[in-house]
Amino acid sequence: MNLSHEWLKAFVPHALSAEQVRDLLTAHVATVEGFERLRADLAPFVVARVIETEKVPDTKLSFNKVDDGSGTLLDVVCGAPNVTAGAVYPFARSGTLMPAGFKIEKKKIRGFTSNGMLCSAAELGLGEDQAGILELTTDAPPGTPLLDVLPLGDVRLVLDVLPNRPDLLSHLGVARELSALTGVPLRGDDAAHAAPAVPVVREAQQASSGGATVRLEDPAGCPQYCGAVIRGITVAPSPSWLRERVEAAGVRSINNVVDVTNAILHGLGQPMHAFDLATLAEQTVVIRRARASEKMKTLDGVERALTPEMTMIADAAKSVAVAGVMGGENSEVTDATRDLFLEVAYFDPKRTRQTRRALGLSTDASYRFERGIDPAGLEYAMRAAIGMILAVAGGRLDGSVMAVGTAPAPRPAVTLRPSRVRAVLGASVSGAQCERYLASVGFAVARKGDAERVENEGGDAALVVTPPSWRHDVTREVDLIEEVARLHGYDKLPDTIEAYRPTTVPDHPLFAASRRVRDALVGAGLAEVRPMPFVKGDDATHWRVTNPLAEDEPHLRVSLLESLARRAEYNLSRMHGDVRLFEVGSAFGGREQGAGRGAGAGGLIEEVRVGILIMGARSPRHFADGAPPMIDAWDAKELAERAASAAFPGAAIALDAAEDPALWSILADGRSVGVVTRVTLDAPVWASAAFGIEITLGAMPLAYVSQPGTSAHAGERPAIAPPASAVRYRPLPTTPAAAFDLALLVPDGLNAAEVERVLRTSGGDMLESLELFDEFRGAGVPDGMRSIAWRLTFRHPERTLRDKEIDGRRSQLLKSLENQLGVKPRTA
Amino acid sequence: MASRRPSRNAGGPTQGFGSPLTLAIALDFTPAVTRRPAPLTVSRIPRMTLDEFKSAAESLRADGPAQIAAAATLEAWTDARNHLVGRTSGRLSELMTALGTLPKDDRREAGQLANAVKQELEALLDARHAELMRQQQRGPAIDRTMPGRAAWRGSVHPVSLVIDEVVEIFRELGFTIALGPEAEHAWYNFGALNFPADHPAMDLHDTLYLDDLVLRTHTSPVQVRTLQQYPPPIRILAPGNVYRADPFDASHAPMFSQVEGLVVDEGITFADLKATLTRFANRFFGETKTRFRPSFFPFTEPSAEMDVRCGVCKGTGCPVCKNSGWVEILGSGMVHPAVLENAGIDSERYTGWAFGMGPARTALARHGIPDIRILYDSDVRFLEQFAR
Ligand SMILES: [Zn+2]
Repeated sequence: MNLSHEWLKAFVPHALSAEQVRDLLTAHVATVEGFERLRADLAPFVVARVIETEKVPDTKLSFNKVDDGSGTLLDVVCGAPNVTAGAVYPFARSGTLMPAGFKIEKKKIRGFTSNGMLCSAAELGLGEDQAGILELTTDAPPGTPLLDVLPLGDVRLVLDVLPNRPDLLSHLGVARELSALTGVPLRGDDAAHAAPAVPVVREAQQASSGGATVRLEDPAGCPQYCGAVIRGITVAPSPSWLRERVEAAGVRSINNVVDVTNAILHGLGQPMHAFDLATLAEQTVVIRRARASEKMKTLDGVERALTPEMTMIADAAKSVAVAGVMGGENSEVTDATRDLFLEVAYFDPKRTRQTRRALGLSTDASYRFERGIDPAGLEYAMRAAIGMILAVAGGRLDGSVMAVGTAPAPRPAVTLRPSRVRAVLGASVSGAQCERYLASVGFAVARKGDAERVENEGGDAALVVTPPSWRHDVTREVDLIEEVARLHGYDKLPDTIEAYRPTTVPDHPLFAASRRVRDALVGAGLAEVRPMPFVKGDDATHWRVTNPLAEDEPHLRVSLLESLARRAEYNLSRMHGDVRLFEVGSAFGGREQGAGRGAGAGGLIEEVRVGILIMGARSPRHFADGAPPMIDAWDAKELAERAASAAFPGAAIALDAAEDPALWSILADGRSVGVVTRVTLDAPVWASAAFGIEITLGAMPLAYVSQPGTSAHAGERPAIAPPASAVRYRPLPTTPAAAFDLALLVPDGLNAAEVERVLRTSGGDMLESLELFDEFRGAGVPDGMRSIAWRLTFRHPERTLRDKEIDGRRSQLLKSLENQLGVKPRTA
Repeated sequence: MASRRPSRNAGGPTQGFGSPLTLAIALDFTPAVTRRPAPLTVSRIPRMTLDEFKSAAESLRADGPAQIAAAATLEAWTDARNHLVGRTSGRLSELMTALGTLPKDDRREAGQLANAVKQELEALLDARHAELMRQQQRGPAIDRTMPGRAAWRGSVHPVSLVIDEVVEIFRELGFTIALGPEAEHAWYNFGALNFPADHPAMDLHDTLYLDDLVLRTHTSPVQVRTLQQYPPPIRILAPGNVYRADPFDASHAPMFSQVEGLVVDEGITFADLKATLTRFANRFFGETKTRFRPSFFPFTEPSAEMDVRCGVCKGTGCPVCKNSGWVEILGSGMVHPAVLENAGIDSERYTGWAFGMGPARTALARHGIPDIRILYDSDVRFLEQFAR
């Protein structure tokens, strides 16, 4: 909402500066987010004193010595007759851009160099006076900015009005608040030219006056409608005061009639419309629904397709305006217009909103109707409009104002307990103070119980508060508490920190798990990313966003690896092949199981997962080592184990072989929790292989915790979870270990795990560890076989193993391998 | 108040264990060879006067240190030692031999001088030997200007860094972490939070829909889910991703992170809100001033925006704060009784407050990142700037 500082003063003649108004409104009403001096073009002008002046004979010119505060007297030529030595004037130094658009240059006039210009009011755009330069009455020293001396020009304050306060969408509404905050009484807008007392005929459905008829056929869409006929006007440019007002509000000046309607909208918050009466068939106005497949061209020249859900203003034959949104071209006021039909109405907020959305057409009018105007303000706005039009466009009111519809019911009263004010604000605000605050912004306040008891209880009796007609937002006690709080001032409320009781809510386990995984992966040299979850996807497998922002990525991902793959490609396209990324985020599954589109998204399964993508060098290069190897599947396998262990502490993590392109599925205590896979990228030839890991940390249930209006806990504290099981200490060995290596010829088709199983079962209790340390194919190894070598470490808990025992164990193992698997040792 | 733990030197012996001095002496071993006195040999007995003897001793005293210092290897050291104080052919042993040839009256003085020189040289030899031994243990000299062997360094995303910090500060104030789904029922996202159906308040939340679900437009649904699941007292922080139908540009993203906070208990007031959030601001931004302005959220009443003093201009006004001297940090307010009622909580008995903030904006400001899209691009060169 654009506010004019001067216009506000017309409502509330306060003595505050625009800055003070800004700070007051921000602290107590709504935030002023813009502050603009409308005459910022005058900022470079300064106050200057004429020290000497000398007339040039036979001309209007004078040569002058001028002090502009710079320390050097300037030579200035002036053409005005009223230059007086010792007087001060507005001064434009050379280089200054004049409001008329030209620049003051240093120039020679009759052999005399002029270094600037002493200015008249007209030259500054301040008035019509061209009799001479503008003599200033000020004590300010030369060089002082002119704007500091003259309160020149208006200030535009941009107020951020939030949806609960449509009453602030006008100067009147903001002026009410300023009046309450300053104590300066609100007065009628002087610009409304003391809205004349005009006769009003009130009817429920139809009224006629001044030769026109108003018929209300859609009272749901338009509960109240006022019309009036003005004849014999002259459409012309607006006088400057009117033009300046609408322009200060950020509206372009059109002509005197349209400007009056805009001045009423921005001044009083009442959108209104003026029709050319001559264009209205049978001088009749009908408020009705649009007919099926009806069309109308709005004032912006666009042909609009209408639907019967929309309320229209029509004449006897055709629609002439979309109610509350925009007028029609067919009834527009033009320079030729002589007779006007003025409309002031209350259109239903929801209806206006639906129409606005259906047409995709938002206007200053629809914005206000949608949020709710003051339903009790129609007749005042009409009188003000009539008064203004008669003043600026001439003509006369024909007949009475026709008011059709039903007057609004008074707003229901709300009870306010001062004790509750204290309970919510933590501050002591007495009942009497509450009453003063509320009354100051138009609430009617009565006290419950007899006045004497109220006094005895320190003004703590409940107040019965009736909101004013323009406050749709106040329906509960807490709304009144907010009024008290803001008028009292948030900054005046206490802010002492109080003791608190511990929360009943345990940390969400998925938060803790994400942190553990994140720490592990950052420690392993990976970078956390937070990409968008939108992907190209496929309707068969992915959930589609109903109204996606980008048609090429309309789906939600089912796997984090989808996002990570695109991010890897982004890096590859920037010639960066060492990519180690991870994300902890949501994946959205369950689409395949769900019914067809339109059946709802109830089958959606949201899971919090960690996704990892690694490719490129295993480590940074070091001069002592030569080129590092590229990341391979074994790096991915280890990283997957590490991430899974962090995700599920204490669980037994296993990686089982999986079908291509997957490499392994990840198991935690036997439950499948994720996958390690090769990732296919749109990659340049130099890029190395990419590997992906995805682990599901847990589900994020969508189901209702309990039915709306109920809780699932009945006030019971949840049981406290038992502590996680701790690591158990294993006694450290006191005896020496014995170890030997075993290189075995393993036929293709037999996997290492199978061999290890036999080694373990035959190794006995004393086999402490088994380490696979070599795989080899080639010289000395028959085709169809590979040599795999293990180091086996044995230890007896109480004594040193004898060489003989170790040798015996070795023979035993070889025998078992041969018998069970047909595997023989590799002979050197 | 007395500390429960006894102070380290309150009573009891000050030296509980074996003196470290003993240990140092035990470890002090100098090469034994230099300790043994060199026996006299009588291969060649030059005759000298006392003056000649003194002159020879002083010459040895003058040359010795340079020779010892010049010994760069253990072999060179052995050569130097043999040359200087060697038992058979060293210059000192020559002197000692000559000592016996001096007149008896001169021997005492000469002997003292020779001994002094010997002790000086042996001390220098010992020190040099120890130094060479240390060098030998270190191996060959390395070029210490060359780089160490690097390992890949991981990084936490700048938005996560902000969330972490917010979480840590609120943990000090007794908050735990709650989470909720990103694909959410419209009731949790709007209805339960007191959004009137089909109202302009909804226009502030351009919503992405998934059939009959919504992608949550804020983390506030977690308030309702938590209130339904756990009884007061409640103090939770709910970080998470939220979605808006905002086109992706330099300052808007269709998905971004938010941190929600909720406190509900008996006796919770607006004063608690102001105090707790001001404390947070001071912990997060350093000593600062806060300002609370009236605002509107359907789910809080009264509602307030919290600003902190602009860190760039310190309140005098600059482009960063649009000349206001203040920077908006978070929205907050007392929990609307309708929200408590929608979650089945007695709104007369319990009151509460809530807040929400956007860590991405803080991350952009803090690190001077000019375009929000950089946070999503996942460019490795950007992420590496946050490596730890
Ligand atoms: Zn600033």
